[in-house]
Amino acid sequence: MSSEINLTLQVWRQPGPQAEGRFVTYEAKGISTDASFLEMLDIVNERLIENGEEPIVFESDCREGICGTCGLMINGQAHGPQKSTATCQLHMRSFSDGDHIVIEPWRATSFPVLRDLAVDRRAMDAIIASGGYISVNTGAAPDANLTPVPKETADTAFDAAACIGCGACVAACPNSAAQLFTAAKVQHLNLLPQGQAQRWARTEAMVETMEEFFGSCTNHGECEEACPKDIPIDFIAWTNRDYIKAKVKNRKLAG
Amino acid sequence: MLGSLDARIPVGSLEGKWTDHKFSMRLVNPNNKRRFDVIVVGSGLAGASAAASLGELGYRVKVLTYHDSPRRAHSIAAQGGINAAKNYQNDGDSVYRLFYDTIKGGDYRAREANVYRLAEVSVDIIDQATAQGVPFAREYGGLLDNRSFGGAQVSRTFYARGQTGQQLLLGAYSALMRQVAAGTVELHTRSEMLELVMHDGRAVGVVTRDLITGEIVSHSAHAVVLATGGYGNVYFLSTNAKMCNVTAAWRAHRKGALFANPCYTQIHPTCIPASDDFQSKLTLMSESLRNDGRIWVPQAHEDGRDPHEIPDSDRDYFLERKYPAFGNLVPRDVASRNAKTVVDEGRGVGPLRNGVYLDFSGAMARDGEAVIRAKYGNLFDMYERITGEDPYRVPMRIYPATHYTMGGLWVDYELMSNVPGLFVLGEANFSDHGANRLGASALMQGLADGYFVLPYTIGNYLSDFLGDPALGTSEPVFADAEQAVADEMNRWLSIGGTRSVDHYHRELGKLVWDYIGMARNKTGLEKAISEIPALRDEYHRNVRVLGSADTLNQSLEKAGRVADLFELGELMARDALAREESCGGHFREEHQTEEGEAMRDDENFTHVAAWEWNGEGTPQTRHREELEFENVELTQRSYK
Repeated sequence: MSSEINLTLQVWRQPGPQAEGRFVTYEAKGISTDASFLEMLDIVNERLIENGEEPIVFESDCREGICGTCGLMINGQAHGPQKSTATCQLHMRSFSDGDHIVIEPWRATSFPVLRDLAVDRRAMDAIIASGGYISVNTGAAPDANLTPVPKETADTAFDAAACIGCGACVAACPNSAAQLFTAAKVQHLNLLPQGQAQRWARTEAMVETMEEFFGSCTNHGECEEACPKDIPIDFIAWTNRDYIKAKVKNRKLAG
Repeated sequence: MLGSLDARIPVGSLEGKWTDHKFSMRLVNPNNKRRFDVIVVGSGLAGASAAASLGELGYRVKVLTYHDSPRRAHSIAAQGGINAAKNYQNDGDSVYRLFYDTIKGGDYRAREANVYRLAEVSVDIIDQATAQGVPFAREYGGLLDNRSFGGAQVSRTFYARGQTGQQLLLGAYSALMRQVAAGTVELHTRSEMLELVMHDGRAVGVVTRDLITGEIVSHSAHAVVLATGGYGNVYFLSTNAKMCNVTAAWRAHRKGALFANPCYTQIHPTCIPASDDFQSKLTLMSESLRNDGRIWVPQAHEDGRDPHEIPDSDRDYFLERKYPAFGNLVPRDVASRNAKTVVDEGRGVGPLRNGVYLDFSGAMARDGEAVIRAKYGNLFDMYERITGEDPYRVPMRIYPATHYTMGGLWVDYELMSNVPGLFVLGEANFSDHGANRLGASALMQGLADGYFVLPYTIGNYLSDFLGDPALGTSEPVFADAEQAVADEMNRWLSIGGTRSVDHYHRELGKLVWDYIGMARNKTGLEKAISEIPALRDEYHRNVRVLGSADTLNQSLEKAGRVADLFELGELMARDALAREESCGGHFREEHQTEEGEAMRDDENFTHVAAWEWNGEGTPQTRHREELEFENVELTQRSYK
């Protein structure tokens, strides 16, 4: 059953990429527990605008947990306290009357703050551009049923492909590594028969591009805990295996 | 100014039109493709697939998206699946049957030639996506699985759990990023198109605003492709993502592009009912749930009992009762209107009595909970996260919500608008779904347009301009457009009113939902035509946009988008008023059968209405494109 709660928010405000940031405290009173976390921020923003203050900048789009646009550090946890849940799907019934909530942007050198709670995640696109694809031009594909894919393989590839690219794994990692994000895409494609032709080149390029922009993975496992889509770190282990093989095989190919 | 609109549909047999036309269109040879610049606005299924394909062909492509990454586009949220006439299930499917179902599902208000082409290329989409690594669901033998969807009696829907749109978009996005790496596509994220630039009656570029720095930038090209999605957010509450808007299409409309059939909007039957005023959007539960869930309400009005305590004899499975042949799988418009009817009768369920039950207890008893969990687990989890109720134990509550808009910019057979050089793809155009879109057809159309139609047709336009460089951005037309954007930003910031942009958006949404929602009538539409402009005037006088234009300013971004939705809302009402018939998603209460079914007027309304902008304050002019049916007989849709 829904009820109303009063909260104290401590929100990171930063006017621009180069500007100094600071925490600002806001009272959020009379918030329905049926509201989502972002609807709670909508309400706070409406009140700020009414008072002539600029609203808190935070990003969101689908609000269904699939586009990966949203992402806040809530009391030090990426996407907040509910497991397997993106910020937009978190509801205020996870909080209690009188709670004090600290809200920050993703913190990582490779995710510079743009304003308040919005960060720049283009480095993740760079990882995909380095090899997160199967090179097949439009029109060149054979019949889809030509190559059977064992159901188990397809399902496991899907588990990896479910990544929404939100960056929570980076925010949660003590090294700010994007290894879970990278491994999810590497394994989605490496597991499938269609992905074999570029398996080794892909693995090497993507892992190294990741290391170019982000910190290195040292198997803390915080990423798995933070991931709203439950991507398991098994994919990191498999990627590490593929990376070692790739180093050998790619060298051999180079002659 | 314009006569009857000519869609330039090729002559010849239905089956041969596209093949023959592909041969007759002019080509641009591979070495010359790199001399043409093409702008693609939007990076969803249609935009990303078009940009990647054009890049592969060798064109110089520029992709503009307001998202932080192309992967965010709202195609990502499509759940259920994508149709294709593969006939892998040996259940009698064919290109012709997919064509026929789509024409019929659209209530005979789409072009035969376009829809046939769509069905024809549908099979290639599945091949392409599979080759890209899209992890479609598979059978134990390793071959692709299918399921059935509303409006069809065959299983032709390919799916990737409940995240088909995500997987198809990530496939198109990966193809796009491959071209970005190859240097054929230049990607501009966080760039919002705010003006279409015209020269000599042609589209020659766009002006964008950088959402981080506020910089106003001109982009010139030989052709402009809009793949900017639909306008469902005119209702404020919809299943669309928060940023979805009509601005790119509308700014093109204001420059002369015709806007077709704006009143054709789709209300999706299976969404989670609103819980309160602060609700920021509605969440869809995939229509595929109707394969196994049974929809019912209590027989009695305001039956306060727990659903488990209501025996079968006191339940009304109203879709199964009224439509024995299709049952819970009737098309979306039919399912939605029937839900509205029972809720309006006072038989709704839930705390606000604003829903109907979607009950899986029968399916779980039949197949076991594990099977249901495997099919719909992620949807059930999502439902529980939003409502706090466990759908494995308690029937889901659902209610219709705006989901898709069939109307959009008018395009010809080659997907070019009436403005030469301006192409429109995916949901942003009006083309293939008529008055109602069938489930699993949006993904199909977006990808058909982007992968398999535009890459052919754009060459037919560009070949005229071989050797002509794109117009320089130092030309006055670009400076004027930049100035218009700068003036607009300053105007919003200087109003200094009292209410937020969201406040007015919500108020607009209520008017549009009440008067141009699931059922429309003359009185309501006339009210909309007077009340929407009145509210719009207040908006322009009293909206409060704080901050400045040279920084990330989300209120400022929204201000222009909502202004465009106001103008669109008024046009929707005019279009709905002028269309004196019921068809598909457009239900006029004056035009229904005794049983309450939609009644078309084929004699007077077998046409597309395409509206021409006449300047601010003057109503648009309605033009017609007559629809000719040479292969399909127009019948009243019956799903009984």
